[in-house]
Amino acid sequence: MKNLLVIIFLFVSATLLNAQQNNTLPQVMLKTIDGKTVNTADLLKDSTPVIIDFWATWCKPCIMELNTINDLYPDWQEETGVKFIAVSVDEPRTMNRVAPFAAARGWNYEILLDPDGQFKHAMNVVNVPHSFLIAPDGHIVWQHSGFAPGDEDQMYEALEKLEKQLKK
Amino acid sequence: MKKIIFILVAITFLHFLSRGQQDFAVHGDFEINSQSYTPDSAIDAKQPPQKLAANVYGYISLRYNNFTAGLRYEAYQNALLGYDQRYNGQGIANRFIDYTDTFISITLGNFYEQFGNGLVLRSYENRALGYDNAFDGVRLRLQPVQGVYLKALIGRQRYFWTDGNGIVRGVDGEINFNQALHLNWKTNMTVGGSFVSKFQRDDNPIYRLPENVAAMAGRININRGFFNLDGEFAYKINDPSADNFYIYKSGTATYLSISYSRQGLGMIITADRYDNFSFRSDRNATGNSLFINSLPTIVPTHAYMLENIYPYAVQPLNEMGVSTEIFYRLRRKTLLGGHYGTLLVFDFVRINNIDKKPVFDGTGYRSRFFAVGKDVFYQEIAMKIEKKISYHLKVKAKYVNLVYNKDFVQGMVGYGTVYANIGIADIMRKIDHHHALRAELQTLQSHQDLGNWIMGFAEYSVSPHWFFTVMEEYNYQNTHTSKPVNYYTGAITYVRGGTRLSIGYGRQREGIVCVGGVCRNVPASNGLMFNFSTTF
Repeated sequence: MKNLLVIIFLFVSATLLNAQQNNTLPQVMLKTIDGKTVNTADLLKDSTPVIIDFWATWCKPCIMELNTINDLYPDWQEETGVKFIAVSVDEPRTMNRVAPFAAARGWNYEILLDPDGQFKHAMNVVNVPHSFLIAPDGHIVWQHSGFAPGDEDQMYEALEKLEKQLKK
Repeated sequence: MKKIIFILVAITFLHFLSRGQQDFAVHGDFEINSQSYTPDSAIDAKQPPQKLAANVYGYISLRYNNFTAGLRYEAYQNALLGYDQRYNGQGIANRFIDYTDTFISITLGNFYEQFGNGLVLRSYENRALGYDNAFDGVRLRLQPVQGVYLKALIGRQRYFWTDGNGIVRGVDGEINFNQALHLNWKTNMTVGGSFVSKFQRDDNPIYRLPENVAAMAGRININRGFFNLDGEFAYKINDPSADNFYIYKSGTATYLSISYSRQGLGMIITADRYDNFSFRSDRNATGNSLFINSLPTIVPTHAYMLENIYPYAVQPLNEMGVSTEIFYRLRRKTLLGGHYGTLLVFDFVRINNIDKKPVFDGTGYRSRFFAVGKDVFYQEIAMKIEKKISYHLKVKAKYVNLVYNKDFVQGMVGYGTVYANIGIADIMRKIDHHHALRAELQTLQSHQDLGNWIMGFAEYSVSPHWFFTVMEEYNYQNTHTSKPVNYYTGAITYVRGGTRLSIGYGRQREGIVCVGGVCRNVPASNGLMFNFSTTF
């Protein structure tokens, strides 16, 4: 019971402190689909807004989301310069399937592999899909768990809002 | 007491750092999965004495510049039925401190790690399976230049609320030539190798058992243009265990995958051969506990309910298989592709046993590398079509022909091989910008085991917050019982940002849940379900 109280206290303090903190991306080594290593801290180096979306080849709503946004992505890029990074949490068994799976669907995203879930854990993702909109300074300005048709509009609105703030 | 001190130190650390520091971050997640149980004789659902069970997980991490400290609290009051009841209780299940910069990374405490494809070492957590073989020890990772890394670790593994008996030591290294040597080769090649050894005292009064067991693996990944080849081979010295009935035989594991990916076309061929390759840090462990490695299965993951009545579980002691999958997209605005294009998927999987000749010198059997056994464990032939008909309407259809050796795959007796045909239709209608309806109709036809099934599913979503779901599975002409059985569930889910709340009620069928070839039994149940998860 004591343990539980301490834990609850810790969670409450964390939530309160969350308001004042500065978010930066955790440093984790991921792989590209051609086998190169990438440090997640480098994902923000282009100083543009970044959307990081955790997905897997076995997850139906993830595929629905990525198919939907793929049609809109060229316009989003043109208007806001956003970079969309699709981080696959496929385990070793399905990891090699990611490249042919995505290529056949014609996805234009940068795809990274997180087979042991290190980045997923570091970003506190419980379920996929889970998407984050990240400002060039590393702040998470918007996030969403799951996908229902229409959620792409919410993502775009958040992106537009961020774009306006950045121009100011 | 120690744990409380750890937490207090963590809080002090947190408060101290929060005073206007710049690169300070606190994050975490929290999850509750709970269910009430009502007895239901129609589906043979039992009620445990406590009538309600809950699994609770809370994780918090503090990051300050290059340092991260984290802990995970878990409570099982009691564990949901189908989870190992040895989890019952609560406490700090995982705590660590980590320092990471671009050159070095050191972790003290609990950590998850994977070498290559996981043939000789992989620890991970999967809550749906109740699987957690985290290490408790020390890990060091070095990256002298980009494209080269070395890892070393030592520790014991999680065994419910304590650490297992065996000590695991491992090293792993990898080099990507293009990145490391700043080459501009068209061929991108990565080579790696691992060495893992476990130590456990010989406490067996009858056998003289090896106390140190070594396993090693080499791997290569070659990428050129549209092609990618990924292969790994592992060898383990003799490792008598409860899994292999204490035979003094070495083991091997081979995994190979070749793929081709270009815009509109993807193909992959995967093959495996696992021979006496169960690797645990305690030779007497059973179930899903204390695995040092994780062998990838070659069966594609199934996303539909009725496909998952017969899921494949990887056989570490004995399997040889091949699978292929082809994805092809018919272009937009062509006769066959239609206005939006059409995606076609075909897959074939076949897994057999290894042909073995028994010997009586303590090594159990002999086998030649390419000698395929006569028993089919699993075979799947599937075809799928996905088509967007208009802005508002998308349809998918799938057919699967399945051969499933229930006795071998699930380690049971008297069920034999199940032959099944599965048909699936999946329709999504977008009503307007916020409202959508998705419906599935599935059927599984078989003359064996549970017989025939029909399943209907409908989900109405209101973006960005609400999902309303109903599902009905109807099992008729079951070969074991004369009465048809209905399994119905309904659920309402609310999502806001990173928070998800779901309340449901219904009957769940008995079966096995598998993720990545690792499975867990789920008993039949009837009751109210409550799930909550959030991330901050």
